[in-house]
Amino acid sequence: MQGALTLHQTTVGKKVIMAVSGFILVGFVIGHLLGNLQLYLGPEAINGYAAKLHSMPPVVWTARLVLLFAVGVHIASAFSLWARNTQARGSRYKQRKDLATDYAARTMYWSGPILLAFIVYHLLHFTILPAHPGDVYRNVVEGFQVPLIAAFYIVGNIALGFHLFHGVYSAFQSLGANHPRYNNYRRDLAIAICAVVTIGDLSFPIAVLAGFVTL
Amino acid sequence: MSEELLNLTLHVWRQNGANDAGRFETHQASDISTHMSFLEMLDVVNEELIEKGEQPIAFDYDCREGICGTCGMVINGMAHGPQKLTTTCQLHMRQFNDGDEIWLEPWRASGFPVIKDLVVDRSALDRIIQAGGYISIRTGSASEANELPVAKEDADKAMDAAECIGCGACVAACPNASASLFTAAKIAHLSLLPQGQAERRDRARKMVAQMDAEGFGGCTNHGECEAACPKGVSLRWIARMNRELVRAMVKADTPIQRRDRAS
Repeated sequence: MQGALTLHQTTVGKKVIMAVSGFILVGFVIGHLLGNLQLYLGPEAINGYAAKLHSMPPVVWTARLVLLFAVGVHIASAFSLWARNTQARGSRYKQRKDLATDYAARTMYWSGPILLAFIVYHLLHFTILPAHPGDVYRNVVEGFQVPLIAAFYIVGNIALGFHLFHGVYSAFQSLGANHPRYNNYRRDLAIAICAVVTIGDLSFPIAVLAGFVTL
Repeated sequence: MSEELLNLTLHVWRQNGANDAGRFETHQASDISTHMSFLEMLDVVNEELIEKGEQPIAFDYDCREGICGTCGMVINGMAHGPQKLTTTCQLHMRQFNDGDEIWLEPWRASGFPVIKDLVVDRSALDRIIQAGGYISIRTGSASEANELPVAKEDADKAMDAAECIGCGACVAACPNASASLFTAAKIAHLSLLPQGQAERRDRARKMVAQMDAEGFGGCTNHGECEAACPKGVSLRWIARMNRELVRAMVKADTPIQRRDRAS
């Protein structure tokens, strides 16, 4: 069993680590969206939800540590593979035609760092240095009423959408789940998760900017 | 598909050994019949170069029947050229139009040092096979054919994976120059057959370790390898390799062996 602890030493193992940590993060992103949707139920609902979470420090901190660990190993594996993969080509092709890959897959090395910057900003904005501690509703509405902040959230969540599409589809392959009979469902699932999360997350800054959600 | 003769401009990568920087040279291919294979076209160009006292363009080939996996070059940015499921030697000039410009490059990968021009050293693939792509069996006279029953479905799958001819197009086409499709095809092929079970537990670990040691990149699931493969070897074998490796590493009691590039 201790052999599993050496998984990170191989390129295949690094992808397995990225897939497992990625699934943890996908699960969080979906749960996070479901919680945030209470913004549409008014200040009492979302502030009450936030207060309830904060009343359970062991649960919150366990989740935070798991997420921090998942993000850490996800980035460490990605960085190590990136370093290796850029070395592996040697000299560049003068002509190169892509036959199968898609935009989301080709831009993973862009969407990843954009996401990281977005997550750091997002945590500072709402969790670490909120303008009105305890009043989530007010923080969100006042924040998104600033067009530049809303724009950054929109860009960050579009990057999340692309990252999720390739990530979810690809994680199954990394974990060995590829069967001709089920591959279409795998693609459908990736599209569904990507669409729900992106549309849901984008709705918040857009709703505030458009004036649907006000103080 | 006509009988017309093609006049083409070739931009060919010329490189005199691994330590040479390499450069493109432009040559004309004149009066090329559309019935010629791509390699026959290069033969014609080389005849002219030899007559002029110049160095012919070096390229690899053997059977010219699309089954040995020796030939291969990147033609206009595509490994083995524009026709699907076709090796360079089976690519015919009717795929091109009069006046076309054609860019010819070798497989570019750190694991495949250039020997000359379009010829690369693919012995890294041999070393991946040597690391674990074998079975232990009693040699001697042929055993009774039905002694080891193999389910039809398993036999079909093993044959699909075993279609790999080791040409290296997967490495050439992969954005990361990964040899995953090749390695996976070999691991999958043996893992499906009863003869492959004895070494199954260590095979994936050994072959993946060797693949990594040769300087190839990792798989990021773009699917370029499958699209370029002249034998249509499927990405599903990479998923199978991943399963084989995880299972082997969970069960293994010894740490993975570190391997050198040329062991």
